[in-house]
This record gives sequence, C-alpha cells and structure tokens, in this order.
Amino acid sequence: MTGYLSLVFELAPLFLINVILAASLNVINGFCGLFSLGHAGFFAVGAYAAAGFTVLVAPEFTAQSPLIALTLACFIGMAASALAGLLVGIPCLRLTGDYLAVATVGFGEIIRIVLLNTEAVGASRGLPGIPDIVPLWFTALATILTLWSLNNLIRSSFGRSILAVREDEIAARSMRVNVRFYKTLAFVVGSMFAGLAGALFAHDRQFIAPNSFGFMVSVQALLMIVVGGLGSQAGAVIGAVIVTAIPELLRLHPALAEIRMLIFGLIMIMIMLWKPDGLIGVLRSLLRKPLKPERAHG
Amino acid sequence: MKHLKLSLSAIASLTLCVTGVAAPAQAAVKGTLKVGFVFPMSGGTASFGEETMSGVKLAVDEINKAGEIKIESFLQDDKSDPTDAANAAQKLINVDKVHVLVGSVASSNTNAAAPIAQAAKIPLMTPASTNVNVTKVGEYISRICFIDDFQGSAMAKFAFENLKAKKAAIVVDSSSDYSKGLQASFKETFQKLGGEIVVEVSYLQKDQDFSSQLTKIRTRKPDVIWAPGYYSEIGNMIRQAKTMGLKAVFLGGDGWSAPELYTLGGDAIVGHYFSDHFSHEDTDPKVQDFVKKYQLAYKKEAPGMAALGYDAVYVLADAFKRDGYKTTGPELAKAINDTKGFKGVTGTITIDAQRNATKPLVILETQKTRATFKQRVSP
Amino acid sequence: MTIVFTEVVQYLINGIAQGAVYALIALGYTMVYGILKLINFAHGEFYMAGAFFGIVAFSVLGLPPALGTIAVMVATGLLAVLVERLAYRPLRHSNRIAPLITAIGVSIVLLEAARLIAGAHPRPFPQLFENTVYELGTWMPALDGVILQKTQLVIFFTTLVLMALLWFIVNRTKWGRAMRALSVDFDASQLMGVPINRVIAFTFFLGAALAGAAGLLVGMYYNQAEPYMGQLAGLKAFTAAVLGGIGVIPGAVLGALFLGVAEALVVGYGESSYRDAIAFAILIAVLMTRPWGLLGKPERVKV
Repeated sequence: MTGYLSLVFELAPLFLINVILAASLNVINGFCGLFSLGHAGFFAVGAYAAAGFTVLVAPEFTAQSPLIALTLACFIGMAASALAGLLVGIPCLRLTGDYLAVATVGFGEIIRIVLLNTEAVGASRGLPGIPDIVPLWFTALATILTLWSLNNLIRSSFGRSILAVREDEIAARSMRVNVRFYKTLAFVVGSMFAGLAGALFAHDRQFIAPNSFGFMVSVQALLMIVVGGLGSQAGAVIGAVIVTAIPELLRLHPALAEIRMLIFGLIMIMIMLWKPDGLIGVLRSLLRKPLKPERAHG
Repeated sequence: MKHLKLSLSAIASLTLCVTGVAAPAQAAVKGTLKVGFVFPMSGGTASFGEETMSGVKLAVDEINKAGEIKIESFLQDDKSDPTDAANAAQKLINVDKVHVLVGSVASSNTNAAAPIAQAAKIPLMTPASTNVNVTKVGEYISRICFIDDFQGSAMAKFAFENLKAKKAAIVVDSSSDYSKGLQASFKETFQKLGGEIVVEVSYLQKDQDFSSQLTKIRTRKPDVIWAPGYYSEIGNMIRQAKTMGLKAVFLGGDGWSAPELYTLGGDAIVGHYFSDHFSHEDTDPKVQDFVKKYQLAYKKEAPGMAALGYDAVYVLADAFKRDGYKTTGPELAKAINDTKGFKGVTGTITIDAQRNATKPLVILETQKTRATFKQRVSP
Repeated sequence: MTIVFTEVVQYLINGIAQGAVYALIALGYTMVYGILKLINFAHGEFYMAGAFFGIVAFSVLGLPPALGTIAVMVATGLLAVLVERLAYRPLRHSNRIAPLITAIGVSIVLLEAARLIAGAHPRPFPQLFENTVYELGTWMPALDGVILQKTQLVIFFTTLVLMALLWFIVNRTKWGRAMRALSVDFDASQLMGVPINRVIAFTFFLGAALAGAAGLLVGMYYNQAEPYMGQLAGLKAFTAAVLGGIGVIPGAVLGALFLGVAEALVVGYGESSYRDAIAFAILIAVLMTRPWGLLGKPERVKV
C-alpha cells in the first residue's frame, strides 16, 4: 500500500501541472477560438527559462533560498513564455483556421529544434541536475491561482471581448472590438500560464530535454481540453485529469502496461464518438438531474 | 524476435528473483541488496540493454544461489532516451526504494540519471558509459569501464600507425555526449600524431538518411572515417557509404558492438574496425569460463555488454561484503569507490580517485556476422 | 563555404527523391482535406503501414515487385476505408475538432499496433533488386562524382506514374468529377445526387494507396521499416500540402518537392540538425506573405 501512496505523491504534481497547461491552452483555443497546435513550444520555453535560472544563472542562490528562487524562476518562465506567445501570436494574426494550426505547429517545432541546437542548455542531451525544490503545496497553490486568474479574466471585459472574437470575428470588429489586440492577448495569456506549467514541470522532473516538448505534447494538451469540453474551464480540469490518469492507471496493471498506449488511443476515439462536445456536458447533466434516472443521458 | 524472447525471459527471471523464488539459501543470508537497473530495453540502443541484463542475470542468479547475500533486482527501461532515464532513476529511488543504481549504457542517459542519484545520495555505477563527464557529477557516481579519452586516442593511434591513415573524416552523432567526447579525443590525438582531419559532419540519432553527409565526405577523399556512433545509425551509414562508392575504412567505438550492426550493414560491413571492452577469443581463464557459462545459458556468443553487466554485479556484491552488508548510501558508495584489483571478466578493475576504471581495450575487425580480435591496447 | 557544382546536383537528386515521397503522402492529405476539411492526422500511419505491408508482401508472401506494389496499395487503401467508416463517418456532422481528436486516436492506435506486432526495432525491408549505382560522370564529365541510384530512379518513375494515374482519375472519370464536386460545394453535390459516402470512401482509398506506395518506396530506399516512421514524415508532408495550398492537388506536389530539395540543401550546406526546422520555417515564411499557400485560393468569408 505504501507503494501506491508514494505513487500518488509522485504523480500529483503531474496532474496539477497538466491542469495548468490545459487551462492555459483553453484561453487560446477555447475562449478565443484560435486553433493553436504549438502549445508545447510555450511549455518548453517556460521550462528552459526557469531551469536555466536555477541551474545555470543562480545555482548558489537557489541552494540558499530555494523557495524564493523557485518563485523567481516561475516568474522568469512566465515572462519568457509570454514573450514567445507575443512573437508567435503577431505573425499568426492574418492566418485563419487550419492554416493557423499548421503555422503554430511550425512554431512549436522550431522552438524545439532551436533548443535542440543550443549548447548552453545542453542541446539534445538535455539539462540535468535541476534542483528538487518544488513542494506539493506550491504546485497546488500555483494551480489554484491559475484557475482563479483565468476565471476572473474571462468574466472581465477583456474576457468578453475575447469570447466575442471567437463567436464572430467580423461582427466583433464591427462593434469596435480590436480583434488583433485580443487575439494577441489570448496568445500571450495562454502562453504565459503554459510557461508557469513548464517551470514547475522542469523542477518536478529534475531533467528536461527538447524532445520531451514535441508535437505530441501539444496534441495531448489539445486532447485534454477537447475531452473535457472546449471553452469550459471546468472541462479543462476534467480533461486534464482524465487524459493524465488513463496512461498512468493502465501502467499499473501488469498485463495492460505494454498495450496501454493502444488502449489510450482507443479510449480517445470512443470518447469522441460518444461525446464529441466533451465530457463536461455529461457532468453537467448528471449534476442537474440526479433524481431522474430516465433523463440521466443529457 | 529472439531479442524479444531474451528480454521477456530476462524480465521474467528477474521478477522471480524479486519474489525470491529462485534463491533457496542454505546458509543464513547476511544481507539483502536492492539494486535498481536502468537500461535501454527498447529504442535505438535496445541491444545494449538486453545484452547487459543478460550478463546481469547470470551474475545475480549465481550470487543468490551462493547464498551469502541476496540481490533483489528492479529493472526500468530507459527507452534509449535521456528523459526516460531520468524518470527511471526517480521511480527506482522513490517508489522501489533501491539501495544502489546500475546503469545506463549511453552516456547521455547516464548523465541525465546521475544528478538525481547524487542528490538522493544513492550510489550509481555505470558498467558502460564512457564519456568523461559522467563521474564528474559527484562522489556517488562511478564506473567500471574505460573512458573516452583513452578510447578515442587509442583508435586515433591505430588509424595513424597501423592503418597508415593520413587524412580522416569525422561523422559525429550530435545528440550523444558519448559521440561528441570521442570526436574530441580522436581529433586531438590524430592531429598530434600529424594527421589531418579533412571534414567533420554530424547527424542525429534516429536519422536514416546519410546521403548528404556522405556526399560531403566523399569529395574530401579521406583514408579513414571516424564514426563513433551507435550501431543503429552506423550500420545504415556504412551500407549507404558502400552504395555511394565511398572506399574509406570506417572506425568506431564500443557503441558499434551489437548484432544489429551486421544485419543493418549487410555486405558493406566487412573490413572495418571498432574498440570494445572484451573479446571472447581472449585466452584468460576467467574470460573463457564466462564465455562457456554464457553459451550454456543463452546459446550464443557473449557480447561485451554482457561481460560488463556481469562484472558490475560482482563488483557491487564485493563492495557490499566489504562494507559489512550495510545498505546505506554513503557506506555503499565508499565501498564501491574503494574497489581495488578486482579480477573481472573484462579485466582487472581498480576504481581510481576520479571513480573511473583504468582498463585495456580490444580492437575488433568486423566480419560478415561478427567481429574478430585484432589487437589489445593497454592504457 | 565553397559551392561545388557536383555537390549541388547530388543534393538536388537526393532532395527530389525525398520530395517525391513527401508528394505521394501530401496528396492524400490534400484530397481528404479538400472534401471534408479534415486534417487526417492518421495519414502518416498509412504510409508506415505501406512499408510494413511491403515487408509482408515481399518477405513473407514472396510476391513479384509489380504485383506486390499493387497489393500493398490496395491493402493500405482498404485500411483507410475501414478507418473512415468506423472513426470519421459518425462524426461527419459534429463540430470541427472532434474528428481531429479521433484522427489522433487512430494514429496512436495504428502506431502502437505496429509497434506491438513488429517490435520497436527497425525491421529489414527485403532487397527487391540489385541497387546499381550510376556514375553520371561517365556520361557528362561536368557531373563527375554525382551518382544516381537505381532505387532513386524507381522512386521517380513510380511517383510519376502514380501522379499521372491520379490526374487521370480526378480529371477524366466520373468518380473524379464527383470528388471535385464535393470539394467545391459539399451540400449542393449532395442535393445533386452524388453518393457522398462512396465518394468519400473512394477518396480515402486513393489517398492512402498513394501513401502506402510512398511507404513501400521508402522501405526499399532505406532497406528498413519502423513503426515511428510515419510521425515526422506525416507532419512534414502535411506541412508541404499546406505550403502548396491545402486542398489543391498540384499544390501538394509543388510544396513537397520544394520541401525535399530545401531539406537536402540545408543538410548539405548548413547544420544537419536544423533540417527539420527548415520545413516549418519555409511554411511560416510563405504563410506570412500568402496565407493560403502557394497555389491556394483566398477564402472569401461572407458576412
């Protein structure tokens, strides 16, 4: 049993980090309706910026005051990712739909390949020796703060404008909503929180390499928000938990461990076939009408 | 397919070891050591993992049968990737709570896992990672193999003096610490001897197409090509080189040493040279004894990695006995680092102040399906 | 950096061979997108399947080259039809994202199935013929040192034949006309009695058959196949299709050739480790100036 308990402790940070990541992507894809498939790039920038600080720039400071260093590292990661979001968002303003998707994939891959070739951070061999300084409460706090800020954002006038862009860009423009500004804002906010997730990820894993931030990570993030329900913050949380849990649960079962990715793929397909709009709808209907079983399939 | 069977049986047997079924001890067991193994059981260097574990299993079975100590094995696959190596180390330390780590093979992977072990004060011994930086991580990290300064320079001397090469090209795997280290040590010695490096090109692991790199090399007409990479890419590369009419001899390091080198290389693979840790043609009785035992257990020739795996476990067991069966990190690490004159299959192992082992290497010549002994080089 | 003429020619030859392979894969992406506006993420896995079916066809069944190639193409095509029927058709009328996620799921399933069946190691692809190497220097002294491999010739030849066939089907047959009609106006075509399900299935079949052929050619070229080969190749071919204008068939070919040559030149003259970034850098550069690709048409959004 103690083995399982330590496993939960081992995995809890991953769940929380993925929740932050999903929530951050939700700002761009869910709230603003932009089809971004390069989120792994922002995740990577945050991770490397933060780890670069604690390992390369200020290792002695980090050893002396780990928590302050960690907080600083997180802010640095967020700033770096926000900048990356700005640099990616602006060229992408003219692009629509699937063209935007491919361009973001391109940016994500370019970021990965540039990191792959940057000797200062270890290039393809990765950056080892990142200090183990993230207590679980820190990650949990970061997650709560992220969800809270994003919730406030979406209820603000900023948030309404972003949603307006999603609903009908031309109508929004005719209502004097500065579409370009809000699209860029969505990218910057989304990438900033992805950077936070990255910073926490780097310090949880103690080792990062560029190939951990490939296209599949962007895909996984997208999967989380779609499975949960695009555009819904609660959906992002649910999606993140489910998508993170399934491979880990399967890994525990000895017989299934080998084929767990196969099962994961099948589950993905089945969830989409069953509930193409995401699972948040299921949860909502379950909560709304608990005493009327005939109408449970809402 | 036979590798699948081998790895399945290795894993199955290790599971038996863990559940204690395979060790009916006669005398009272004086100490139990939990050993975590981090090796590539899948991915581009999977052969190394399977081979090393085959040697490990032989040693673990023998030791457990002898009964004085008991070894519990825990294996994690590092998938030939540094990130997975780091994850594997963390799992073994945090979840399985092992006393000592053994692994990995590729220096990049060991470099990723080492800081984690060092920070957790768990000794980590690598049987096969030769890059010089590995043991610089800290006093918990050690190795029982030679290092790349020696390997690269020995091969450079061989190229210049034995093969009479004046011009060399270098093809390096830029995703590997190991390859880059060997690039540097070969270049330094070759140039010091008076040779000329005509061109240096690079590739990444998992690359399949080397036509651009080989085209560049071809125009410079080198005598030899130093290609210190891993067998998966090298096999393909040598075959493509022959297709392109590139006549130079290829030279490599212990990263070549796997059976896939020959299947991937095809006809082109004959007549090249690489350095390795051990040759089964060695007449030393300890080597021959191991070779026979291995043949009996696995029905095939013992590869260098298996010998290293075997020696690694025995050095661990020896250290465990010397520190009085204590399983705490600092005591165990000290005992390992104090290993002197241990007679292993791969040579006499003495761990020096830098926690490296000074051992001779063998240069092998590639034939159609295996390699034959060419010469031995002492440090 | 000295530019040697023969080196450039060599890079061009290698690049066009690679580009031809990308083209065969890109065509499938672009045809499916043209009709369904769906990015079939699993398409790269059809390419991978083609390589493995090739191993089965030639190593296990011992079929002669021509027959084996056709068999592989048919098998891959049928696999795609099956996938479409089971995973995409039910979602045809739902939102835009769900089929995308399903496609990713299919991609994972196919990849993992291949890994479990064939193992994660590369598997040797049988040698179908002697790969003679032609020294172009013997015919044109200016090209001394440039070599053309027989495998490359086979790739050029096969790609040309397949593309000619595709052109014929799309432009001169009833089915092709139906495909074009669907890509211009889906709903109107339906009203005009075009049998959508069958035409869509046919489109998937064609696209995957081409991808399967590409996989087979690559297996022959590198003498190996491995389960992960479809991942990066698929992504790049998709990039090439978008570069040329997604939904535009000649665009896919143009984009792919351009990409193949650019990569070969970058590896030859620049850093080989930036090779993969080139595809995306070119794409972004083109999209900045022509957001609808080289041969694409700007979308007119009606208010």
